[in-house]
Amino acid sequence: MAQLFPKWANKVPKKLLLSVNLLLLAVIFGFWYWGSPKYTQVGYAPSQPIDYSHRLHAGELGIDCQYCHGSVMESANAGIPSTETCMTCHSQIATDSPMLEPLYEAWETGNPVEWVHIHKLPGFAYFNHSAHVNVGVGCATCHGRVDRMEVVMQSEPLSMGWCLDCHNNPEPYLRPVEEVTNMAWEPEEDHFEFARMVISKKNINPPIYCNACHR
Amino acid sequence: MSSNSGYVKEAPLVKGNHTFSSITALVADIVEKPTPFWWYIAFGISNLLMGLLFLMLGYLIWEGTGVWGLNNTVAWGWAIINFVWWVGIGHAGTLISAVLFLFRQGWRTAINRFAEAMTIFAVMCAGIFPAVHVGRIWVIYWVFPLPNQMQMWPNFQSPLLWDVFAVSTYFTVSLLFWYVGLIPDLATLRDRVKSKLAAKLYGAFALGWTGGNRQWQNYEKAYMLLAGLATPLVLSVHTIVSFDFAVSIIPGWHTTIFPPYFVAGAIFSGFAMVMTLMIIARKIYGLQDIMTIDHIEKMNIIILVTGWMVGFAYIMEFFIAWYSGVEYEKFAFVNRATGPYAWAYWIMMSCNVIAPNFFWFRKMRRSITVSFILSIVVNIGMWFERFVITVTSLAQDFLPGSWAYYSPTWVDVLTYVGTFGLFFTNFLLFLRFLPMIAIAEVKMVMPQADPHYYDEDGNEPVKETEELNEPNTNS
Ligand code: HEC
Ligand code: HEC
Ligand code: HEC
Ligand code: HEC
Ligand code: HEC
Repeated sequence: MAQLFPKWANKVPKKLLLSVNLLLLAVIFGFWYWGSPKYTQVGYAPSQPIDYSHRLHAGELGIDCQYCHGSVMESANAGIPSTETCMTCHSQIATDSPMLEPLYEAWETGNPVEWVHIHKLPGFAYFNHSAHVNVGVGCATCHGRVDRMEVVMQSEPLSMGWCLDCHNNPEPYLRPVEEVTNMAWEPEEDHFEFARMVISKKNINPPIYCNACHR
Repeated sequence: MSSNSGYVKEAPLVKGNHTFSSITALVADIVEKPTPFWWYIAFGISNLLMGLLFLMLGYLIWEGTGVWGLNNTVAWGWAIINFVWWVGIGHAGTLISAVLFLFRQGWRTAINRFAEAMTIFAVMCAGIFPAVHVGRIWVIYWVFPLPNQMQMWPNFQSPLLWDVFAVSTYFTVSLLFWYVGLIPDLATLRDRVKSKLAAKLYGAFALGWTGGNRQWQNYEKAYMLLAGLATPLVLSVHTIVSFDFAVSIIPGWHTTIFPPYFVAGAIFSGFAMVMTLMIIARKIYGLQDIMTIDHIEKMNIIILVTGWMVGFAYIMEFFIAWYSGVEYEKFAFVNRATGPYAWAYWIMMSCNVIAPNFFWFRKMRRSITVSFILSIVVNIGMWFERFVITVTSLAQDFLPGSWAYYSPTWVDVLTYVGTFGLFFTNFLLFLRFLPMIAIAEVKMVMPQADPHYYDEDGNEPVKETEELNEPNTNS
């Protein structure tokens, strides 16, 4: 009887086994890398109804974050400024700017400006700004250099692993509470001594048990 | 006194005075002949049911587990019952193929291929349920220890995770075992089929088998190793399934007798399922010479024995509940027998403990009708066993305020019915395209394979027997 298969067929099972395994590893790696929030979330910067610029207001004009995100020290939410907050200045400044038209419209109609939410945890994860800011975790640690952003962009993954990375080892990220809104703050030479001092003085103990964040 | 006085002639395993080549023809012809009409009808029905299964699963995934009858109190319902039931059925295949192989039980050769196929398809049906019952099937990969954004491993202390490993190992080993066993027979088919395409397909899976001496040596070694690997799985898989319940603290679940009791139950139901399928197949395909009435009797004995092991466990659970003096345990068991689910309990008792007792009688053991009916009764009973365990313990838990009655929805029911579609679709394909009996292995237990030819007294005869054809292995 003639041979059913050519000679190279002998090698097929081995090659098949090898390639299936490699493929599997590639798929896992692919998902791990391109599927992670580091890849899918970081860089999210939707355009807003008003071309409001943090670079101008928080950077060049040097307005403190708390002027607009006023509840950040007291409550879980930092809060988005109301139309009134903008109007404290813009009732006088740049009143004829076409970029501000939506703001004035909101002011007249009383409807809020519909800002697009950027940093958003799923509903099952609990986060509290005041708990972090009051022990000296700066805005820049979690939101990046907002004062250099024309449009706010998510600069950290906000994944659970990211939260835990800091909770397991908060030392490098602590600063004096007065400096939390200071975007340009740099750690000093003796940072770790300072951090250890703060940790023991304030008894800082970031939780890693599940129901701290999943309540 | 003769030294052979204890020698009892065993009933021949293959009846009907077959030769090697007539055995090959008997089994291989089924695959080579044109597809019978009834097959198309059966396949069509199975396909429809399988379609129903996919529809129900799609609906479940789209809508969420709310479409099932679960409630706050009874969080495990038909899905888990069906999972345990299907996995349990699979166990017979592994027991027959691995354990009976290691114990050199020649009669296994008639049914092992068949039973192993059943195992694989049953485990496929079983695997669906734990996967979809998580509700969000798209994150099912969390059950595997893969790197992820949560920086979390699955909980290695949980039997639910052990289950993932137990069942996936079980499936892999069963598949390998089945496949390795198939190789010589695939080669037989490759050499017999007329169509070029079929020859290529069988040939590809036969991996170049020629039936040479070296190949047989390697083959036997591999088969032995796989049998050794599969044997602990017979015990471990259902042990771990039972841990899903036993490791919890629910009265009625938290019981040390669970592992052996579950394993016995699994073998019990598995043999019943093999029996059901085998009685139909041997009739339709005229395989009564290979799957003889002696095989049926032997299997019925196993059903009787394991049935009593299960019955013993039922009774022992009650005894321990009383003996422990724990109020909640006592309540759980009395409630099973007399509470809102008493109907299920008594179905279970009558099907699993009372019904198999017919098999004490040789006449019943050797009756095809009785065997067929009882095999189905046993499987109904074993389904209800899982129902009783899963539902009754949850429905009436520690807090009377949260007691609830569980009933399935139409989605629950149709999903279960649908799994039969998946099972029989696979099984019919198997019957149609693969040799349903291990041709090479059956030949090994025929008298022709034993070159000694003992006579009735166990002495070697002088004369040659005419049946000694060419020492062929695979034609
Ligand atoms: C003049 C008011 C004002 C000041 C000052 C200001 N912000 Fe904002 N901030 C806004 C407004 C309005 C938005 C919503 C529009 C947007 O996202 O651009 C916003 C959005 C944000 C967001 C994104 C919110 C989301 O949806 O996730 C972050 C983060 C943020 N600000 C951080 C800061 C930080 C840090 C500072 C201080 C350096 C600061 N802001 C100062 C007005 C202000
Ligand atoms: C502390 C005062 C102050 C507040 C509060 C403030 N702004 Fe301004 N804004 C300024 C100044 C100053 C300028 C620069 C004006 C110029 O370049 O002519 C400006 C410029 C702008 C411009 C650019 C206008 C242009 O034509 O270039 C926009 C848009 C704007 N602000 C939006 C907002 C919004 C929205 C808010 C509220 C969230 C806000 N501002 C709150 C002071 C403020
Ligand atoms: C420990 C990290 C962390 C720090 C420090 C932090 N934020 Fe946030 N911020 C977050 C997270 C996480 C969210 C998303 C919260 C959510 O969706 O519930 C968020 C959301 C916001 C938002 C959107 C509105 C809201 O409240 O959800 C604003 C505005 C904001 N942060 C401003 C600030 C400012 C200003 C500071 C500094 C004073 C600051 N954040 C410090 C992590 C941080
Ligand atoms: C850069 C460091 C850092 C990051 C990132 C961080 N945390 Fe924290 N978190 C802390 C510290 C430090 C504390 C401890 C506060 C204390 O002990 O008073 C804390 C405390 C908490 C608490 C306890 C609050 C309370 O009320 O007791 C929660 C909840 C929490 N973090 C949630 C989160 C979540 C969710 C994330 C991720 C989205 C996150 N954290 C990211 C540093 C961080
Ligand atoms: C420091 C806060 C924090 C702690 C502690 C924490 N988580 Fe999370 N977890 C999160 C955040 C934030 C997310 C959401 C991440 C995302 O999807 O962006 C999350 C997401 C998850 C998810 C994914 C849910 C989904 O549907 O995507 C699971 C599962 C989870 N956590 C389980 C746990 C378990 C189990 C523990 C305890 C071992 C735990 N978490 C502890 C913050 C935390």
